[in-house]
Amino acid sequence: MFETMKDTQFAKLVVFINASVPAAMIAWDAFGGASADPVGYALQRTGKFALILLLLSLCVTPLRKLTGKNYFSHFRKMLGLFAFFYACLHLLIYFVFDRQLNVSSLIEETLKRKFILFGMAALLMMVPLAITSTNASIKRLGAARWKTLHKLAYLSAIAGVAHYWISVKKDIRQPLLFAIALTILFACRLYYSRPQPKRPVAAA
Amino acid sequence: MDEKIPKIPSREITEPEAYLNRRTFMRAGILAASVAATGGAYRAFFSPKRRPVTAAKGASTLPTSRGAFPPVGPSSIADMHAISEPQTSLGDITHYNNFYEFSTDKAEVADEAAAFITRPWTISVGGLCSKPTTFDLDDVLQLAPLEQRVYRMRCVEAWSMVIPWDGYSLSKLLERVQPLSSAKYVAFTTLLDPTRMPNQGRRVLDWPYVEGLRMDEAMHPLTMLACGLYGQPMPPQDGAPLRLVVPWKYGFKGIKSIVKIELVSEQPPTTWNLAGPNEYGFYANVNPAVDHPRWSQASERRIGGGQRKTLMFNGYADQVGRLYAGMDLTANY
Repeated sequence: MFETMKDTQFAKLVVFINASVPAAMIAWDAFGGASADPVGYALQRTGKFALILLLLSLCVTPLRKLTGKNYFSHFRKMLGLFAFFYACLHLLIYFVFDRQLNVSSLIEETLKRKFILFGMAALLMMVPLAITSTNASIKRLGAARWKTLHKLAYLSAIAGVAHYWISVKKDIRQPLLFAIALTILFACRLYYSRPQPKRPVAAA
Repeated sequence: MDEKIPKIPSREITEPEAYLNRRTFMRAGILAASVAATGGAYRAFFSPKRRPVTAAKGASTLPTSRGAFPPVGPSSIADMHAISEPQTSLGDITHYNNFYEFSTDKAEVADEAAAFITRPWTISVGGLCSKPTTFDLDDVLQLAPLEQRVYRMRCVEAWSMVIPWDGYSLSKLLERVQPLSSAKYVAFTTLLDPTRMPNQGRRVLDWPYVEGLRMDEAMHPLTMLACGLYGQPMPPQDGAPLRLVVPWKYGFKGIKSIVKIELVSEQPPTTWNLAGPNEYGFYANVNPAVDHPRWSQASERRIGGGQRKTLMFNGYADQVGRLYAGMDLTANY
């Protein structure tokens, strides 16, 4: 079945399958009794993979600039959508098991707890990005406006890392790693968008 | 001179279909290898430690060079704390631990603590008392008959267990040293030894871990000096060889691997209070109405299944409520 696929199609399939692997393994571990606290385990892991995939999607532009190759752009949409998928799973698990499907307590806790507010903000910011992830949307919005909108991915990542950081009791090594990665990505972005030396313009 | 061209039997000639499918095989191989790599990376970074379904290994193989674990009898105050909720499995109790001296990862403490040697062990009890004494572990185990008491354990992180502890009321030990009337508080200290408690090499908390109780809390019959659980010596990951259990307080008050107990006149410093004064108070009574600044304490996740409402004083309000009569529990969290 693979021989008829184009190389990029196949590469996308590889990314798709691999991005799904953690979800399968989280489910396997949670249902298989690998952790004493399967709900907590699934919550932490889905949250972590939402952040990992969001950061991977943010790596695409720097990689393109660095290598001068457009190749990685093929995967940006899929990585972003997978980040959204894991973030939705994360919220769903919290809502079903921790909040016991109680909508009012979900809203109450969200407004009361800073870290949940940050997490919810991170997820909500992904919604318009997921909706406008199609090529048709780029055309409809126009490339410039679409690009501006999709800078929200950075804000979402900041909110997501803040959410993780504040939720940790004491050992902040892991959220720190995410914060460092995000800072590096920001630095790349700033570096590549620095004002280019102007070409000499013929006097008017 | 004429070399024979070896004849290839026709059955060994590659089938044209297979030849054309080389691309399919390569791609299938790439896909399989990438999935294996991703799965392997997941296991390497997020490996959940398998919990043995049966007894914890560490507990039964604890070095007991001198003296055996004394027999455990029913509790003399059984009706004070009888609870009908199912007990948490030994596997969960021994593989889901907050014991930062070994690891900040609850699933890893068991492995990190497996080689923790707790004999010989002494515990010094002193300060404001007539008979300061340094006890050998075996003396502590023989000091009073061991009782099994099934307590709820509520962690400040909003999860809980039901644990059958073995030990006796802390008051029995404290009475031996004859506290003076000037003793108003009891201060506890965990072992400080980074060679045996490897994570003490990281300054994630101020070591050694210290805790404290008010004198009336320490003398309350529910307050327990525990030396075992499920009728066997305390597993290292749960605070071997001796730990404090105060069932109406959050779990972090239950200091583990105690080496020193001191009777003092002033409220002693406590580790989590020092680490986060606005989040962890000296009292740390389980209270569903007073939230942790970052999360709700109204409900808890019972390890082994189910979300449940958190009870005032963890369900021990009838026994300990009077200790806090007239106190503002929101201010004294």
